[in-house]
Formats: sequence, C-alpha cells, structure tokens
Amino acid sequence: MKYYSEDHEWVEIEGDEATVGLSEYAANELGDITFVELPSEDEDLIIGDTIGVVESVKAASDIYCPISGTVAAINDELEDEPELINESPEEKGWICKLKNIDISEVDDMMTPDAYAKYLKTLI
Amino acid sequence: MNEPTCRNTPLYEQHCELGARMAPFANWNMPIQYSSGIIAEHTHTRKAVSLFDICHMGEFEVQGTNAATALDLIFARPVKDQPVGVCRYNFLLNTDGRVMDDLIVYRLADDKFFIVVNAGTRDTDAAQISSKLPDDIQFKDVSDTTAKLDLQGPLSADILQLLGLPIKQLPTYFHWGQVNIADVPVLLSRTGYTGELGFELYFNANKAAYMWKQLLKFSQVNPAGLGARDTLRLEMGYALYGHELSLEHTPLEAGYGMMLKLDRESQRDFIGKTALLRETRHLKLIGIRLDGRRAAREGAAVLSNGTIIGRVTSGAFGPSVGSAIAMAYVDVKSCPQPEDEVKLEAGRVILTGKVSSLPFYKNGSVRNKL
Repeated sequence: MKYYSEDHEWVEIEGDEATVGLSEYAANELGDITFVELPSEDEDLIIGDTIGVVESVKAASDIYCPISGTVAAINDELEDEPELINESPEEKGWICKLKNIDISEVDDMMTPDAYAKYLKTLI
Repeated sequence: MNEPTCRNTPLYEQHCELGARMAPFANWNMPIQYSSGIIAEHTHTRKAVSLFDICHMGEFEVQGTNAATALDLIFARPVKDQPVGVCRYNFLLNTDGRVMDDLIVYRLADDKFFIVVNAGTRDTDAAQISSKLPDDIQFKDVSDTTAKLDLQGPLSADILQLLGLPIKQLPTYFHWGQVNIADVPVLLSRTGYTGELGFELYFNANKAAYMWKQLLKFSQVNPAGLGARDTLRLEMGYALYGHELSLEHTPLEAGYGMMLKLDRESQRDFIGKTALLRETRHLKLIGIRLDGRRAAREGAAVLSNGTIIGRVTSGAFGPSVGSAIAMAYVDVKSCPQPEDEVKLEAGRVILTGKVSSLPFYKNGSVRNKL
C-alpha cells in the first residue's frame, strides 16, 4: 500500500520495508531538479527528520522522513541523474528504503484518494 | 500564485494558456517557466531560439537640443560621443558613486534618446533623470505604452528573415534599427541578456499579443521565462540589478572600471565621479565554478583557507556548464585568481569550487557575424 504525507513524501510498504520518495505534485512544484542529497545507509531516522535535500534551479527544499526506520538502501542513481525525480517521481525517482519500521505510523498518513483530495485543497 | 498588488503584462492571458508558472518579480506577475521547464528553456535558447516577455522593463524617451550634453552628466559612461544607431550599456549613479540602475541608452537621433531600465528601479530612475534634466528637455516615461519582447538564440536572425526582414536590415551587435515586423513598426536592437545571438523588440503595447503570436508560430521558437533568463545571464557572468549591482556597490567593484574610463585629468564630469575617484576599492566581483551540481545561493559565505572572504550574490546550477556556478563579492585583499580553490557555505554543508574567469559559458553566439 502507498501512503502520502502533508509534506508530499510518499511511502510504499512491502513486507517489513518501506520505500520513500517525493510525490508527483512535489516534483512538479519544485521544477527541474538539479541535485539530490541522500541519507546514509544504516542511518537511523525518526519521523520528521530531514533525510535529504532536493535542489531545483530556483530553490532548495528539505525532504522529511515520513516514517521512522533504518536506511536499508539509497537510490544512488539520483546522484548522477537527479532528473529521475521529475521524470518518474513515484517509481524510478525513489529516494531510500527503510527497514525496522513501525507500520502503525502510516495510520496518520493519507491514502492515494485522500491525498488527491488534499491536493485539491491546496489550489 | 498571483499577488493582488502585482501588475500583469499585456501577455498575461497568453502565459496562462501556455501553462506558465507565474510569480511576482519587481511587482509584476511574470512567467518563471512554461511547461517544458527551466532547463529545457535554457538549452533551447542556447541551441535554437526563445521568446521572452520582457514587457515589465521600463522605457523612457528624452528629447531636446541639448539632450546629449544633459544626459552625459547624468550617466557614468559618456553619451555625447555616442553615435546615432548605437546602443550603449550605462549606469545611473548617485552622488556616492553607487549604482541606482544599470540600463541601455539608445541614441535615436542627434537630439533624441531611448533609455531602457529595470522594472524595479523604473520610478526612482524616472525621478532622478527627470529632476536632473534642464527644463527645455522633454522626459517621457513610455513604459506603459511600450511592449518589449526578446528573441534570443542562434536561430533568432533566421526567424526575423522568415518574417521578411532582409539580413542587411538586421542591426549589428549593440546597434538598433527601425523596421517593420508583420506590419508593426518595431525598434529592433541586437542586444540581449542570454549570451546568444539575439534581438530586443520594442513596439506599441497594444500589438503585444499579435506580435507574440507571430513569433511563436514558428516551430523553432519556444517561449522562455525569467527562470531561464536568469540561468542564461548567470552563465555569461552578466550582472543582475539587486544582486551584483545595487546601492551598496560601485561599478568599479563590479568590474566595470575599464568601461568608465575614469581619469582625473578627464574634463568630462558626471554624477558620482568625485566619489568614485576618492574611492578605495574594497571588494571585487568574481565568478566561482563549483565542483558539484549543488548550488550556493545568494548570501552564502565564501571561504579561503578557513577565512570568510566574501558573499555570493547569485548562484544556481548552470545547465550549459554542467555544474553549479556563482558570482560573489570578495575582499580585494584576498586576491583571488582563476583556479584558486574556495569553499562555500550552503546551509548545513560546505561546498567546494574554484575561482573562474567570466563568462562561465564560452561558446555563446552573441557576437556571431551575420
């Protein structure tokens, strides 16, 4: 299942791992992404921690951890191809995978439908 | 998001139809980018041709028998010796020698000038210039009735030829000509802010939508916004008012000393000259090419051997350079030389880079002969 935060990160739960990325809305809003700072593998993260930075031509924005856990993998393709976040934000542009997650934390996040409704309130 | 206090250019509806992202700039709602994005617009300008709505900028007309002599005293670079047909980059200084604006003076006739100024300084420029002109010289702010479109890129001359302008009617670099484009009278100059072969078109504001459409009907021409305009000018090391030039800086610090031909012996006087001659230069504007893609933004500290030597004035990823680039004012005593290593503070991290000669991008078509 996929869940979204109010800060426009997404979390996809598969077994006991979570993949984290930026939503398509966030990628569009940021514009052309030119640089991504990724977390370190094995880093322990708590919900709300800064896990990285995305820079577009015009601005830099922090990425917040939507769910607590330990970094199991990072998408190091983003170092050379940060534009993957623009081209495929919710698939090839994933940011990191987390293990040791607390699945109950997603209860406070939005389902895809709820997120779509939330986006409408932002316009 | 539209700021209610901001003005719209005559092309506001066209921008919305093209899916532009609008944002306030100098109290105007301006297109920052269209749907293809800043990098695509930047790259297209470097290899083909882009159209920019620059209607926010200000235009003044100054006319009178002694206009040249009067303007010569108001601007830092000479006006009196400027031939008809020439555009000259110039500075409006205050008595402290600080930059009120950078602008371009067009000599339309012996007794007539056209002055193009930044949007954010239009009112203060108008007040300063008109207050310094003798009563018998006419000053008119024609910004509201003048449209300005910039056609920029190596194919820009081809487009003008497709619109029926013979190549010999196209002005040479920093010259202007009066032409007709799609039956509209246009003041056309070979000037721009991108580092590419390009033209600026000035014409009646009520023809803005028509001209926009005439130029965009060519498949080679794409619209580009202020985002690409900024990365294009930064790659060329061109100053942007409010960043590299401002009331805090003199043109000497910004590296325009050669242009001013400052000379104690020179008979020519202008507002700010006395202050500039007295001035000991403390700062120097430099270019920095960062080692990575991550940008150091305005205000970031520049460090050399652990000491802060200056601050970034503009910084972004340079799409045609392939790395982040920045301009910065540094202490002249730090004597930065090209290839010297510097560090830059970007929030929590320290970035590395090297002092670079300007422009960062050296393959521009701006001076190409037609």
